[in-house]
Amino acid sequence: MSPIYFIVFLPLIAAAVAGLSNKAFGSTFPKLVTTISLFAACALSWPIFISYLGGHAEPTISPVFTWMLSGSMQVDWALRVDSLTAVMLVVVTSVSFLVHLYSWGYMSEEPDQPRFFAYLSLFTFAMLMLVTANNLVQMFFGWEGVGLASYLLIGFWFRKPSANAAAIKAFVVNRVGDLGFMLGIFGTFLVFGTIDIPTILAAAPNMHGSTIGFLGARFDTMTVLCLLLFVGAMGKSAQLGLHTWLPDAMEGPTPVSALIHAATMVTAGVFMVCRMSPMFEQSAVALGVVTFVGAATCFFAATVGTTQTDIKRVIAYSTCSQLGYMFFAAGVGAYGAAMFHLFTHAFFKALLFLGAGSVIHAMHHEQDMRYYGGLWKKIPVTYWTMMFGTLAITGVGIPGIFGNTAFGFAGFHSKDAIIEASYAAGQTSAFWVGVFVALLTSFYSWRLVFLTFHGKPRWAGSEHIQHAVHDHHGHSHDDHAHGHEAAEDEGAGHTPTADEILHDHGHEGTAGYHPHESPIVMLIPLVVLTLGAIFAGFVFHGFFIEPTAGENYWHGAVAFNEHLMHAMHEVPVWVKLSATIAMLSGLAIAYGAYIVSPSFPAKFAEAFRPLYLFSLNKWYFDELYNFLFVRPAFAIGRLFWKQGDEATIDRFGPNGVAKVVQLGGGVTAKLQSGYVYAYAFIMLIGLTAALTWVIAR
Amino acid sequence: MSGFPILTVMLAVPAIAAVACLFLNAQGARWLALAATFVDLALGILLWANFQTGDGAAQWQFVEHVRLFGIGGAEFAWALGIDGFALLLIALSVFLMPICIGASWLSIEKRVPEYMAAFLATEVLMIGTFAAQDLMLFYVFFEGGLIPMFLIIGIWGGANRIYASYKFFLYTLLGSLLMLIAIIYMILTTGTTSIPALMQHDFPAHVQTWLWLAFFASFAVKMPMWPVHTWLPDAHVQAPTAGSVILAGVLLKLGGYGFLRFSLPMFPEASAQFIWLVFLLSAVAVVYTSLVALVQSDMKKLIAYSSVAHMAIVTFGLFALNAQGIEGAMMVMLGHGVVSGALFLCVGVIYDRLHTREIDRYGGLAINMPRYAVLFLLFTMASVGLPGTSNFIGEFLSLAGLYQVSTLYALLGTTGIILGAAYMLYLYRRVAFGDLTKDDVKAMPDLDLREFAMLGALAAVTLWMGVYPESFMKPMRGDVEKLVARLERAAPAGDSAPTVGKPAPAAHHEAAPAAHGEAH
Repeated sequence: MSPIYFIVFLPLIAAAVAGLSNKAFGSTFPKLVTTISLFAACALSWPIFISYLGGHAEPTISPVFTWMLSGSMQVDWALRVDSLTAVMLVVVTSVSFLVHLYSWGYMSEEPDQPRFFAYLSLFTFAMLMLVTANNLVQMFFGWEGVGLASYLLIGFWFRKPSANAAAIKAFVVNRVGDLGFMLGIFGTFLVFGTIDIPTILAAAPNMHGSTIGFLGARFDTMTVLCLLLFVGAMGKSAQLGLHTWLPDAMEGPTPVSALIHAATMVTAGVFMVCRMSPMFEQSAVALGVVTFVGAATCFFAATVGTTQTDIKRVIAYSTCSQLGYMFFAAGVGAYGAAMFHLFTHAFFKALLFLGAGSVIHAMHHEQDMRYYGGLWKKIPVTYWTMMFGTLAITGVGIPGIFGNTAFGFAGFHSKDAIIEASYAAGQTSAFWVGVFVALLTSFYSWRLVFLTFHGKPRWAGSEHIQHAVHDHHGHSHDDHAHGHEAAEDEGAGHTPTADEILHDHGHEGTAGYHPHESPIVMLIPLVVLTLGAIFAGFVFHGFFIEPTAGENYWHGAVAFNEHLMHAMHEVPVWVKLSATIAMLSGLAIAYGAYIVSPSFPAKFAEAFRPLYLFSLNKWYFDELYNFLFVRPAFAIGRLFWKQGDEATIDRFGPNGVAKVVQLGGGVTAKLQSGYVYAYAFIMLIGLTAALTWVIAR
Repeated sequence: MSGFPILTVMLAVPAIAAVACLFLNAQGARWLALAATFVDLALGILLWANFQTGDGAAQWQFVEHVRLFGIGGAEFAWALGIDGFALLLIALSVFLMPICIGASWLSIEKRVPEYMAAFLATEVLMIGTFAAQDLMLFYVFFEGGLIPMFLIIGIWGGANRIYASYKFFLYTLLGSLLMLIAIIYMILTTGTTSIPALMQHDFPAHVQTWLWLAFFASFAVKMPMWPVHTWLPDAHVQAPTAGSVILAGVLLKLGGYGFLRFSLPMFPEASAQFIWLVFLLSAVAVVYTSLVALVQSDMKKLIAYSSVAHMAIVTFGLFALNAQGIEGAMMVMLGHGVVSGALFLCVGVIYDRLHTREIDRYGGLAINMPRYAVLFLLFTMASVGLPGTSNFIGEFLSLAGLYQVSTLYALLGTTGIILGAAYMLYLYRRVAFGDLTKDDVKAMPDLDLREFAMLGALAAVTLWMGVYPESFMKPMRGDVEKLVARLERAAPAGDSAPTVGKPAPAAHHEAAPAAHGEAH
């Protein structure tokens, strides 16, 4: 029996066991079951990945059973493993296992731990179904399954109204993307007569010049199909326009953010585009759109990330921005680079999130960086691991310009590959966006580090810290929740000039609070991920993006473009240096603004207030969508109900008839006596009379 | 099974039990009704187990034919027999009936024997409708089903029950009279009352148009389709829990069954001719009723409006006139039967405790009723069509079928998955999530064994249909093939019409440098 069955179904079984037993055997049992299952899945996944790295493994399909059979449409439950799946297997199971482990510490105060671990394992199962899908419908199953798990985990603290709102928002916004995905599946079935992915991909190159009708006009077939599928990818991967749910998803516990909203689920869109890459290759227009949306998201999210004060939101926008990188890599045809960045990003972003979780844990659930500062001595392991994460995301490394082998942290290899590939592909505007965003990435990442770990402690201003100092005992998540909410409302109320608070001396000081380093069970995942953040790029870049090694590795699993990968290595020296220069500039600006001259950000925000507010308020997307969609939906619903159903249909329909009948007087008045037997009786009489009349006629 | 008149027995058991109930006290009636429905469930399982599928299986099985009387050349007969569609819907009915009895166990306190008799009568009439092979027999069962339902709402319903039952009556009456006229015309012109024979009969096109419209009047009300849907929210709100379960679970399927059994096979040309009408009304229903559902403050009304939206997916699928559409429509009917029945039961469970359907009176039930919250969540997710649950299969296939006919309507129909998620999750949030603040809500106990068994059974079927729908699709496959073959001559070409492509030019990469022009 192929190990893939165990990899995929162990988490499902674990989720079921943990969920059903719940607290019946205490909370250690479900935690053990899920964590051990994930460890097993992880341990089984790495050999598969390594066998593909060796270049010997062929794609395999392990059947389960038939799901649907309707006319010519056959949909099977089956587990596909190829080199693309193998990458996702190790990413998903490794991060998931580490997050399970980390949650032992992070969630230790939580009374509902079995439920939490069951959800985590359920999520992992759905994600594994997604990445092992051999047909589009099973992919959609996984797609929706991770959506469900995400909904449940965002709303894990379901007593909190803000968490519930965020959970619904995540589900519904994703459904908008799913609409595109579903139509894409329908269209693909219509065109190819199958939803089997290998068959579709094999047929795709023969679709040149084909046109199809869609909504009354005719378009290029592959363009329509790819764009519909891409709408799905945009929803799941929080691309511009459908991104609004991701920052709000930070309402979920931090381990969830690390697993779902950074390392795995949100990359599903990138995975899908890569999986379907032979299709996308057939449509220049679709690829152009992918590039554009990716670059736009990359830029948008980075600008927003520079002004957020909630540590998790900064990382969330950072994720959104990095996903943009992946998409524009796919859009320029560098699927290997897109997957490479997905792979490295999983390590360093999970690390940053878990690190942030460790900080939040140490700071008694305070998430606002304005109330951090000077933490590096207090929580040194967290500090150093996050430092490595930052070095990885900002792309620190030595470019290979002197004939030497390029060497750097994980993000250096993957992000530079994307930037260089976009240049090599002739997408100069995408290239410049990539470079500029590298600067912004560096800026917001270092800003996070400096605000959190350096400078003077500013803990005194935090309600959470006050709370902790005054009341050491009897705290629950609920209380924190309310505290946080209050802080947020306040923020929204007086349009905060966020960074000004930094210099309000009333808030400086420790308030007598002593942050503690997290327990060892939380630090182990941080350290393991740190190793990934340091080495994942250097060790694996050959397999993902080197022309020959990459071709061997991918083996047709993605539309690997050897020429482009060659060209990528031949770009001019200044191109190779550009990302590093941008990174250093971002670091310099952040250093200047938050270490050397801490009063600068406030002055800058004052001077460019509209720009600042635009970024702080996330380009006003939420306000716009509320105005355009949410409020009208409720208003129109009420209108249809009151004016449509009640004032029109009922008034002229049944009630109107009733009135006419009432006016008719005597006999019918008795009919409405309310004795229902009478109705039944009259009906029977009528029926008999009608029958007799017609038949005897 | 040859020789054993299983269908007649399935009708006789609840019929006899219904009469017997009237002579028992409350507790006796409850137990008898439960026993009778379980016997029918067992017979239903037997029926399914002996139903032949695959090549060589007869289209009509378990056929019984006893000539009753002849008038004017037309022969009327006690003719029963089922195909796959009928089998599945009978299975749905007999599966839901014990649950309905169970749901009424404690909540119905007045006139229990009559109540149980009414339910058993409903069962007889439902099974009869699906099993009838004689047109007049069908009509009697089909319209007769109104009467017990009408009584259930009118006697055991809520405060405004008379208005609701009256509205229910008016709507359905109008439709059925037109259908009756059409039925009589059909009998007179063809000289047969046999439904299988009529399904092969080719009416002239202009006649088909009128007959189709007459049947449509009845089925559209039963579905219900927009704009003749307004009886449904009122009927549901006023009906007792079990009444809602059976109304949503089975009676709403009569319209869809009617389209499948009559409109499509008997009037293929007219069906094709009126696709625009059905699609238009369905599209309006999906968007309109979903938005109305979003603003409801009464749980039952919300689910009732959602039913209208789901039934629109059924009509979409049926009138796509292809295999995916029709199979999908059947699967939506079955899935919705189970899931909306379960949702009404979920409402009933908390209504029994707090005696209000007002959504805002609840909140935080996940805290004190965790088992309830889990099951309610499952049905909520099934209702929004999450893959792995029953409704996904149906919605996916219907919409896939619809896409082949019209991309625009497929787009409009698929918006239902967004709106559906919005109103259902919003409902769930207000009921189960949030903090537990109200004292009377705090005092609500979790599911008892009876409630857990009912909801658990429904949950198991919901997942079974979602993960291995083949059990349900296999019996109808042959019938769908026959129906699609019959409809082929009338089925419209879709608006997609993809043209055949050529292999991409070898130098593709150079050919499109603007998009991803690699520097070679």
